[in-house]
Amino acid sequence: MSRGSPASNALLRRLRRDSRARIAAIVLALVVAAALLAPWLAPFDPSAQLDIVRLQSRPPSLAHPLGTDPFSRDVLSRLLYGARVSLGIAAGAVALQLTLGVMIGAVAGYAGGMTDALLMRLVDAALSIPRILLLIVIVALWGDIGVVRLTLLIAVTGWFGVSRLVRGEARAVRERDFVLSARSLGATPWRILRRHVLPNSLGPAMVSASLGIANVILLEAGLSFLGIGVRPPAPSWGAIIQDGAERVSELWWLTLFPGLAILTTVFACNALGDALRDALDPRQLEAALPDETPLPRR
Amino acid sequence: MTAPLLELHDLHTFFYTDTGVARSVDGVSFRVNAGETLGVVGESGCGKSVTALSILRLVRPPGRIEAGSEIRFEGRDLLSLGEEEMRRVRGNRIAMVFQEPMTALNPVFTIGDQIAEVARIHAGMSRKEAAAKAVEMLRLVGIPAPEQRADEYPHQLSGGMRQRVVIAMALVMSPALVIADEPTTALDVTIQAQILELLADLTKRLGTSILLITHDLGVVAENCARVVVMYAGEVVEEAATPDLFARAHHPYTEGLLGAMPRVGGHAERLATIPGTVPPPTAWPDGCRFRERCPYAWERCAAEHPPLYQIGAGHTSRCHLAVEPERRAHPHLPIAAQAGAGAA
Amino acid sequence: MRRYLAGRLLQAVSVILLVTTLTFVLVHLAPGDPFGEAFGRPNVPASVRAQWRADFGLDKPLPVQYVRWLANAARGELGFSFSHRRPVRAVLAEALPRTALLAGLSLLASFSLGIVVGVLQAERLGGARDRWLGRVLLFTYSLPDFWLALVVLILFAYRIPIFPVGGIVDPVLYDYLSPGARIADRLRHLVLPVVTLTLLSTAAIARYQRNALLEVLPSDWMRSAIAKGLDWRTAVRRHALRNALLPTITLAGLYLATLAAGAVFVEKVFSWPGMGLVTVNAIAARDYPLITAAVLVMSVLVVLGALLADVAASVADPRVRVG
Repeated sequence: MSRGSPASNALLRRLRRDSRARIAAIVLALVVAAALLAPWLAPFDPSAQLDIVRLQSRPPSLAHPLGTDPFSRDVLSRLLYGARVSLGIAAGAVALQLTLGVMIGAVAGYAGGMTDALLMRLVDAALSIPRILLLIVIVALWGDIGVVRLTLLIAVTGWFGVSRLVRGEARAVRERDFVLSARSLGATPWRILRRHVLPNSLGPAMVSASLGIANVILLEAGLSFLGIGVRPPAPSWGAIIQDGAERVSELWWLTLFPGLAILTTVFACNALGDALRDALDPRQLEAALPDETPLPRR
Repeated sequence: MTAPLLELHDLHTFFYTDTGVARSVDGVSFRVNAGETLGVVGESGCGKSVTALSILRLVRPPGRIEAGSEIRFEGRDLLSLGEEEMRRVRGNRIAMVFQEPMTALNPVFTIGDQIAEVARIHAGMSRKEAAAKAVEMLRLVGIPAPEQRADEYPHQLSGGMRQRVVIAMALVMSPALVIADEPTTALDVTIQAQILELLADLTKRLGTSILLITHDLGVVAENCARVVVMYAGEVVEEAATPDLFARAHHPYTEGLLGAMPRVGGHAERLATIPGTVPPPTAWPDGCRFRERCPYAWERCAAEHPPLYQIGAGHTSRCHLAVEPERRAHPHLPIAAQAGAGAA
Repeated sequence: MRRYLAGRLLQAVSVILLVTTLTFVLVHLAPGDPFGEAFGRPNVPASVRAQWRADFGLDKPLPVQYVRWLANAARGELGFSFSHRRPVRAVLAEALPRTALLAGLSLLASFSLGIVVGVLQAERLGGARDRWLGRVLLFTYSLPDFWLALVVLILFAYRIPIFPVGGIVDPVLYDYLSPGARIADRLRHLVLPVVTLTLLSTAAIARYQRNALLEVLPSDWMRSAIAKGLDWRTAVRRHALRNALLPTITLAGLYLATLAAGAVFVEKVFSWPGMGLVTVNAIAARDYPLITAAVLVMSVLVVLGALLADVAASVADPRVRVG
């Protein structure tokens, strides 16, 4: 895949032909719209305890279509605002982990030698700890962390796969003739990175971003479910489920609706990532995403 | 004369690709008689391999054998057989020897297992009988210490040995026809002759016909009684081998003969014919060879030549058959003019 | 082969060392400590707390603690769990087999299922069966694990109470059961967690198997197999699968440990006292030795799994084995 519009046009055309991609894009657009429009769509303040006596843990009704939680808060409102938190963390963390991964990978691949060996050993080690375990340990030990620091932490544990990918690309590019000649002409490493390494890593990075968002949504939901992610009273989808976890059988609506929200969003992201992968050269990507593809997602 | 063993009639095999319909095999007819070795020659891309795959119905999507094609074998039209009946033909009545012995064998099965499998599928032999059959076949194709070799994996054998294994696999059921698609191209020159000799010797003993597909007229000269020359998805000339070498009629055949290396060796690219085979998605109108032909005239652009009968058992798809005087005035082919720089 | 093994072993050891160092530093840099005032028994005077810290070596500089811990760990001595009030080794020795049972059964089930589904898809590549199975897999792949566990729990333990809500055995009746009934009781407790874990991990395996088959289907030897007279299904199941199983074997090694860690949520929801639950509880109690040891054990498992898988794959491949 070379840079320039013909390739990306062809990619877009193939994506538009893919019904998976179309449906996934529509679903994601709806979820994003719900998140953005939460203040106008939500019937209640998501953190307001409406009536702790009469509205505690009520099943779905006309006034509260998705019921209320044990603190008498409206679940629909919390779900809508929760989309902001969950999607915000996912978008932020993925953007950050991609940037980190690209930079570190490019440095390792471009520098080669000791730097490369050291960085890649570190990546190997990091990849051998299941991500969720690492996150649970860090987040739990650090105790009360805010949304921003949670996002940072998730990003810091998520760049390994991408860095390995970009590093491979950088190494391959480094050996090519046009880069050798560009270097002899005095092009800076940064310029070579921007002109040659990044365009070649763009496709896999896009796939990685799409699957990454799905993954981070699941991670954040899992942490919040354990009660160590997003802190109350902030609503996140995982946190709403946690609020009902004590009496999970009776308060089924607290499990069902946020779970469906997570599932739908994650499903759409994964479908989009799949469609992207197929639209790009599929063979190239199977080989290029060794850590994302085969391992279970955590 | 008895009915031929195999008769292709108006075979069309098209590939439906993103860039258009590739008419790789576009109306091919020829016959193979019992016990005979027929050569099919042509440059790569002329459709000879697709023809071979079509006979066994091994063409994969997006390729398709078009309606109206007919492949008669032992009195039946293979194209009208059910998949299960067809399966019983493959490896049993018609066997195939592929070009690449390196990749034609499954790397994770022993060669004994792979040969025995044929006997198990078609003769219903027990594991033990089939294993004994495999050893017998290995001995037949001249592999030393066949009992030990049977337990080895393909990567432990040399290229020539592997091709012997492939031949052994093809001959397990004493098929009526062996299709050999460039069987020696991937091998060393010294091994090539041995393999061809082995194939000729064994098939003669078993009374098997061979359809020998090659780009090498030298191989044809030594092994085949008759030759079919293919170009751009069509048969352009057919003749008895001595006849073809003595009186080649089609300018393309002339070109092939001219490109033949004098002593041994093999020419990957037949350099003396200017230009290249046009893409199968866009065969030229009229005669498909005209742009590379030194005799082409207006008629060649206007009228697609039929196969003219030019002698006993000798046909040619060239208008020279009816305007032989044109042969006296060769000129520089269009392809040579336009592509002089590129070629 | 021997050189390859030695190199691979060295790499594994260095990864384990790195991981443990990382964990040790992380755990000890975190705010709060096991004898801080926030963690139980606020009436204990500060001097006693200091004495406790000294008893457990927590007053020493970090590098000293690390070296001592490493030396002990190398001898299999993992320290004393503050929260369980017994040796860490004893705690883990109890939790590990439970997780191994859970993860092992799920591994077996999800690999069998995954390989079958992958083959079913590859047999009809691009067809309706392939597409629909692909969609179902993508769906199960997108399920949040704790949520699926909760849904399964609600449905099959509460609404239709055919399975117990959690634990390993029935807390009341178990002691009074006959040996046969005890086994049945244990099995009943295993069903929901194993099914949940299996559902969660099958998708990735099936997909991997399908891709591995995809790689080998265009091979010349597949064409040879058909030309021999095999039908497509048998060719896929015998010839293609034998080649495409090698990468899946490698995956199995990686999975065992990853499953063990991924079981955190399933263990939590089904109150299964394995490694995951022990770790989560240890974190809540700031039980440093237990956390560090748990992570150590799990990463050793991950690395060992990968190592074993590589070795198994190379042994299973005749090209490597004999060559």
